[in-house]
Amino acid sequence: MPACRSTVAAGEKFSFQQTVIMEKKRILGQGAAAAWPICLGYFPVGLALGVLADQTGIPFWAVGLMSVLVFAGSAQFIAVAMLAAGASAWSIVATTFVVNLRHVLMSSALAVFLPGLRRRFLSLFAYGITDESFAVNMARFRKGRWDWWSALVVNHLSNLAWIVSTMAGSLAGQFIPQGALGIDYALTGMFICLLVYQLRGRIYVLTGVVAAIIATAWYLLVPGNSYIVVASAAAATVGFGAGRLARRKR
Amino acid sequence: MTGIDYVVLFAGMGLVTYIPRWLPLLFLSRKRLPQWLIDWLNLIPAAILSALLAPSLFTESAPRALDFGRLELLVAVPTFLFAIRTRSLGGTVLFGMLLYWLAGLAV
Repeated sequence: MPACRSTVAAGEKFSFQQTVIMEKKRILGQGAAAAWPICLGYFPVGLALGVLADQTGIPFWAVGLMSVLVFAGSAQFIAVAMLAAGASAWSIVATTFVVNLRHVLMSSALAVFLPGLRRRFLSLFAYGITDESFAVNMARFRKGRWDWWSALVVNHLSNLAWIVSTMAGSLAGQFIPQGALGIDYALTGMFICLLVYQLRGRIYVLTGVVAAIIATAWYLLVPGNSYIVVASAAAATVGFGAGRLARRKR
Repeated sequence: MTGIDYVVLFAGMGLVTYIPRWLPLLFLSRKRLPQWLIDWLNLIPAAILSALLAPSLFTESAPRALDFGRLELLVAVPTFLFAIRTRSLGGTVLFGMLLYWLAGLAV
């Protein structure tokens, strides 16, 4: 636990046990302070997912199991929609893989800030990498003074909020009529905001516009869900090429 | 679907979700990716989110057809502006849901 050693030295007048407890409290407190906006954001989305899953006929325990095993908001929404449409398990797993492949980028970027850590820690940390926890942890790592344990707390508090909210939605689902309170729009709203986070410059806007055009055209012309991976790979390539051209002109 | 079917399906989804989160962290904690790959991967989140969103806003799903007059699209415009102004994930979700719900009642 190298992250803890540096601060333990500051509290020498306390007994070892006291300092360990204080250190744990500090790590938890910092993590919770960073995680609460994510938990707040997850709650309506998780409730909405639970309600939709319930209306699709997925039992309460299975909703909780899915949140524990998968922990990926958009993929879980898509899986519920595909289950409702009678898709095969194979196609749902394949789509989940494609939708969640973006985590390769986040995991690669986070690896820079987690050098030489034990495999067990990295394995535990990897489980909680999401769009939201990635954005929050990267911002703190870049500022410095952010330890791995607090980052781990962010990941797992978010996970807990997600599991609780999806299961709550599933339980309350039977009392909520279909389409009530605009829950069908929760995923769209989340995607819109996450896209806004990503539009950090002209190249990103161009990539987004190209992806939208290709995805819409591909969706109309080709059956199935291949439009997601085709459009995003093509649009990123176009954006990448445009970025190179712009840099060369300068 | 039976209980076993759900367990198998979610275990499969969990596995294909965990591996892309886990492998780069495990093997890249010391190495660096080539710069061109980092630049390309940097654009992937914006591309994926836009590719996921666009058909749900601009098309009917059954049968698939272009449609620029959908409620989803009308609500997306103020929701997008709200997200740009507030940059709040929870707020944007609630705002979009509220607008969509009210618009659905009005139509």
